[in-house]
Amino acid sequence: MEEKIVFKKPALLEDKPLHYCPGCTHGIVHRLIAECVEELGIAPENVLGVAPVGCAVFAYEYFRCDMAEAAHGRAPAVATGMKRVHPDKLMFVYQGDGDLASIGMAETVHAAARNENFTVIFINNGIYGMTGGQMAPTTLEGQYSTTSQKGRDVLVNGYPIHVCEMLSQLKGPQYIERVSTHDAQHVLKAKKAIKKAFQYQLEGKGFSMIEVLVACPTNWKMSPEKALQHIKDEVTEYFPLGVYKDRG
Amino acid sequence: MKTEMICAGFGGQGMLSLGQVVAYAGMYDGKSVSWLPSYGPEMRGGTANCSVVVSDDEVANPMITRPDIVVAMNKPSVAKFVDTIVPGGYIFVNSSLIDTKVERTDINVVYVDTFKIAHDGGNPKGTNVVMLGAIVQTTGIISMENAKKALAYSFKAKPKLIDINLKMFDLGCESVK
Amino acid sequence: MEKTLMKGNEAIAEAAVRGGCRFFAGYPITPQNEIPEYLSARLPEVGGTFIQSESEVSAINMVYGAASAGARAMTSSSSPGISLKQEGISYIACGQIPCVIINMVRGGPGLGTIYPGQADYFQAVKGGGHGDYKLLVYTPATVQEAVDITYKSFEMADKYRIPVLILGDGTIGQMMEPVVLPEMKDPATFPSKESWALTGCKDRPKNYMTTLDMDPDRLEAITDRLFDVYEQIRQNDVEYEEYMCDDAETVIVAYGIVSRVAKAAVNALRAQGKKVGLFRPITVSPYPDKALGALADKACVKKFLVAELSKGQMVEDVRLIVNGRKPVEFYGRTGGHVINTEELIEVIEGGKR
Repeated sequence: MEEKIVFKKPALLEDKPLHYCPGCTHGIVHRLIAECVEELGIAPENVLGVAPVGCAVFAYEYFRCDMAEAAHGRAPAVATGMKRVHPDKLMFVYQGDGDLASIGMAETVHAAARNENFTVIFINNGIYGMTGGQMAPTTLEGQYSTTSQKGRDVLVNGYPIHVCEMLSQLKGPQYIERVSTHDAQHVLKAKKAIKKAFQYQLEGKGFSMIEVLVACPTNWKMSPEKALQHIKDEVTEYFPLGVYKDRG
Repeated sequence: MKTEMICAGFGGQGMLSLGQVVAYAGMYDGKSVSWLPSYGPEMRGGTANCSVVVSDDEVANPMITRPDIVVAMNKPSVAKFVDTIVPGGYIFVNSSLIDTKVERTDINVVYVDTFKIAHDGGNPKGTNVVMLGAIVQTTGIISMENAKKALAYSFKAKPKLIDINLKMFDLGCESVK
Repeated sequence: MEKTLMKGNEAIAEAAVRGGCRFFAGYPITPQNEIPEYLSARLPEVGGTFIQSESEVSAINMVYGAASAGARAMTSSSSPGISLKQEGISYIACGQIPCVIINMVRGGPGLGTIYPGQADYFQAVKGGGHGDYKLLVYTPATVQEAVDITYKSFEMADKYRIPVLILGDGTIGQMMEPVVLPEMKDPATFPSKESWALTGCKDRPKNYMTTLDMDPDRLEAITDRLFDVYEQIRQNDVEYEEYMCDDAETVIVAYGIVSRVAKAAVNALRAQGKKVGLFRPITVSPYPDKALGALADKACVKKFLVAELSKGQMVEDVRLIVNGRKPVEFYGRTGGHVINTEELIEVIEGGKR
């Protein structure tokens, strides 16, 4: 009988169990990045990555390419240095919401304004996961966290930050889109967006950021299933999906 | 032999440039030299000064507390530096802007009407170069030949201005002969 | 070799380019602005990259990225900006990432002044950022020395895989002196960094640059390695100058701009027949402890006088090394004041404290 491979691990992924919690969708996003690289015909030796501080701090363990682990929030600055030295490599920057939109906001905004030719994958789960569920810059109004125990009170804590909306106002960036991982259809859309961002990068068109809504069942204190439903019902309401900027 | 000079005036009077020409010329003369500007807010309109050391031996300290020569292009510079000059030293006073006389009698005081000389010579902006001529003629801190070479070098970006400034230099020399 | 008159900051920038620096990121702060200004024009001429970063924090992390990617990279700043870079410097030290950092020190604390200071000594030699690490720290005293040190720093950084800090001060940066510039090096001739740098994993296992290790044994081994390297430098590459120390009864210990004031004081006192000498550390981390210790053992040496633009920082290292063998006195000025020659002579002669 002839055997046909219908599913395999992309070359960019290491054969290693992920440390992420059950129901977390970080793993899906890792795989999407690897699949896009493969489908674009890019060998792992031509890829560079930067990992953040946060749950994805060990991302360099999972990708089979040269990677740097950056200080908290500094990934776009580190990536700027690396990409300017190796402009011919595909560069992805993997960051969470605390890393990108709180402590590293300046680095994010300025990398976008400079239109640095790399792709930021922005994981938005509305919480500081690794440190145990504190309030993030994208924690929803009224949402519980260990530092907003009665729910985020906008009078005390201010409002969540809409990063795509904000960056799209800049003249610099090439492509900004918000996608989600709450069901198969949206995962496929997310993949399409990441692939397009990489394609733009290969064409030298500059900065792209794909914000990916991701579930954190552990810190949201929900079952994995309910967490996905929460993204669909609540998170996408507050953070609408779609293309915010595309210079073509 | 070591000569320490402070050049002081309003920002824009060309004192930092004058000091640099002296430092360059000293280097061409084979001496050790240093040039140290007062940096900071003074650059933006206040009093600007620089310290120049020209020495046969290695320049130990580039910062000057007891100058041999002071160039004062404005009144505040006289007030600030006149008492620091070593006995037997020199002060060059820009009499175009400074109407008072120096009271110390243990130093050499040279008054130079820089603006009148520069204006009559056809280059009213050349007051600092007139002063340079007066300094070199009087003190011999640097050689005449290398003073002119360094002056010409300082206008390398604007070669059209070299000749008129060499003339200013000569007029400065003449004024104190 | 032709001499040219150059400002310290510009001379350092040119020396960096000639030493193979091809990446610079920095943020404006006085009194070091001529370094980024010069490099913004100069680096593109040699195919290098200059970035005016959004902050000091970002600048040091760009250097982390560029140096991790294999380039000779540099950043420069002055005291408050160097404080901001400390997080990045700690990461760079832990990652054993070779790079060069310039600090044109100004008086502090706080925003302080733009005038010279030496109060960043502790920060430079005792760590600065969090965790156990040391930098290789040079203290140039002349513009020529600043050029030679900058040029060499890139070699030393690569040789030992250690960040090199050049501890200057406002005077060194702003002063013009004649310099002979070294030859231009071709980065293509530099030894390969393929064994660790992030250059794309062609025909080799992947490299990654991380400073995180949750395994206590491994992290302890990393820390040990940092200090083994530091010890090698201490054995082989400390630098210092002794000036008129052969028969000196009083030895002034000073670095950077103050060492020049001290040299002038030594000259003046020697002219009066007084037996005064100068010990000038050129590396202050590692400190030239053997040489200073040998002076402490000399019978003729009666005392040391440490002169600094601080409330007393290097004096602590000198006291540790002299270890009670001879008295160690201290004289310092702060606020942007620079000790002058007459003042120092008065201190040596016992008339001023």
